[in-house]
Amino acid sequence: MRDGTRLGFILLLTPLLLWLSLLIIIPHIDMFLVSLRERVGVGKYEISPANYLTFLQEPLYLWTFMRTAVMSVLATLITLIVGFPVAYYIAKMAKGRIQSLLFLLCLVPFWVSELVRTFGWMILLRETGVISSLLQYLGLIHGPVEMLYNDAAIMIGLVYTSMLFMVVPLISTLGSLDDAVIEAGYDLGGSGPSILWEIIIPHAMPGIVSGCIVVFMLSLGNYLTPTMLGGKDSLWFTELIYSQFIVRFNWELGAAFGFVLLILSSFIVWATLRLTGQTLEKTMG
Amino acid sequence: MIDPKIDFRTKGVVMQKRRGSLKFIVSVATVSLLGLAHSASADTLRLLTWGGYAPENVVTLFEEETGNTVEVTKSNNEEMIAKLRATGGGGFDLVQPSQDRIAGPQAEFGIYKPIDLSKIDAAQFIPSMLEATKGNTTVDGEIYGVPHVWGTSGLVLDTTKAADVKDYTDLCNADVAGKVSYRLKRPTLIGFAFAMGMDPFAAYGDEAAYTDIMNKVEAKLIECKPNVKTYWGGGDELLNLVRSGEVVAAMAWDTGGWKLNADNPDITFVAPSSGALGWIDTFALPAKGKADDAAYAWINFVMQPKIAAMITEAAGNFTASKGADEFVSADLKARYQASFPPEAVDNIKWYPPVPAGLEAIEGGVLDRVKAAN
Repeated sequence: MRDGTRLGFILLLTPLLLWLSLLIIIPHIDMFLVSLRERVGVGKYEISPANYLTFLQEPLYLWTFMRTAVMSVLATLITLIVGFPVAYYIAKMAKGRIQSLLFLLCLVPFWVSELVRTFGWMILLRETGVISSLLQYLGLIHGPVEMLYNDAAIMIGLVYTSMLFMVVPLISTLGSLDDAVIEAGYDLGGSGPSILWEIIIPHAMPGIVSGCIVVFMLSLGNYLTPTMLGGKDSLWFTELIYSQFIVRFNWELGAAFGFVLLILSSFIVWATLRLTGQTLEKTMG
Repeated sequence: MIDPKIDFRTKGVVMQKRRGSLKFIVSVATVSLLGLAHSASADTLRLLTWGGYAPENVVTLFEEETGNTVEVTKSNNEEMIAKLRATGGGGFDLVQPSQDRIAGPQAEFGIYKPIDLSKIDAAQFIPSMLEATKGNTTVDGEIYGVPHVWGTSGLVLDTTKAADVKDYTDLCNADVAGKVSYRLKRPTLIGFAFAMGMDPFAAYGDEAAYTDIMNKVEAKLIECKPNVKTYWGGGDELLNLVRSGEVVAAMAWDTGGWKLNADNPDITFVAPSSGALGWIDTFALPAKGKADDAAYAWINFVMQPKIAAMITEAAGNFTASKGADEFVSADLKARYQASFPPEAVDNIKWYPPVPAGLEAIEGGVLDRVKAAN
């Protein structure tokens, strides 16, 4: 009997192990080895940390790296601020069919691909686009105004793209909060903000942290949105990786960039968990 | 996070009906394994090419005539090389990189195999173009490419609003500020270098001189950046920008200009005064291609004048097929002649082969221009 369960356990675990080792661990080891090669001549390579030194010595790469990290953190915070009231309304205030309907509305934009959503934003924001034309029609502005190709446009795109991934974990943690606890808070003389701060947010913390981690990772690794909405000033770290791999044929530097990004994202996730006193089990479980 | 765009597609396997289910499963497993090992049967041509180079009607004619099937994958120079490099030259049977992108990558990565010229009907090619391509794609005495489609990049202008733009550097003029677009890629660097009176092609062999030229171009492009609306990435993106009137002057391919000219006669392609940049896309065989006979059959098939004219209609560019011009529509010929008076044709700067390693210099310049404010 015990042997039977063990066999079952191994069989059930096999797909996961195969997935992890074949698609994640082995490629990463290979990429790490590539990142340590330096091209010394036509088709000749040597092992050296040159690629990592290039990253550290070129201010442009460091600057892009910092910029990507800071903008991703900012996008995560904005997503949280926008997403929290939405999630609270859906989880606590809406009832029955309205609740399902609102939840569905959050999902609808994700039925089309990210590319289509990004094109949608381009149609809205461009100089001859919907918003610019509407403002001119209403007489609020004279002459077309360009809203695309800047950091604000990137931010809009990132927040919109990751909204769902913040709202879903928030709804599930907020849904588990007993209404009676909130009522008890009011009965004991608590005000709106103090109840939010002392009851709701602490309860929702695992959801907030897991939502933030997912959104941060998505923003940091996003390629399409910054490139398309950012235009000439986009400058996103994944773009640098893409161009090293595909345009420059410089896989060595690209692999080093990839590793630096992996280290950064792991560090920020770790730091967030430590700062908020959460553990991975609590947030993901 | 990182997508090296490696294509792991394997051929679909035709399964026959068997009686015993076990037998069926075993045979399916075996056939799929075989399918993985030999990802293409001899009569499937996996073609990695540019949009428009293998139009549906040509593919159908070819399949009817030879019985081979064709799988078309659309791409661009950099992605073609990246894909072949990822697989060591496997996954495709025929590829179409530009002629300047064969010798360097071949020396560096060994992703192509030599072309057997005896299997190609040389009489179908324009002789001068065939010889030039052969010369540019020779590595260690072996020839790796034959020409297919050629064209140029230059200026696409709205002639009513950007009449003063005569050369690439005029894109930085104040009267077109904010209404300019170009790609942030190597043709832009080369074009600006020529327009600034330098000759980057002559400096290809000399890294120090080339770096010097690129540094000057970098300064110019950074100075010019406020003028640029956005750096375009794909052909359709540029067409949209010009069509909507948001951009009135751009550095672009000739076909883009001719397409726009068909919709709006004010917009057309103009060869810049320093000379349009000429490229030739070739046929090359990947090192691990498995259907060489089908590949040679395809080359000989599409170089027939009538078929080549069909490709010209689809891609907008002319081919190296001798005598195909007379089958091309009068509209396209008229646009070509308007953009290229004889002296502009003579002034076309053809890309010489890019030596391995130059991309790194250009890459640094492009990154810094992108990052500048």
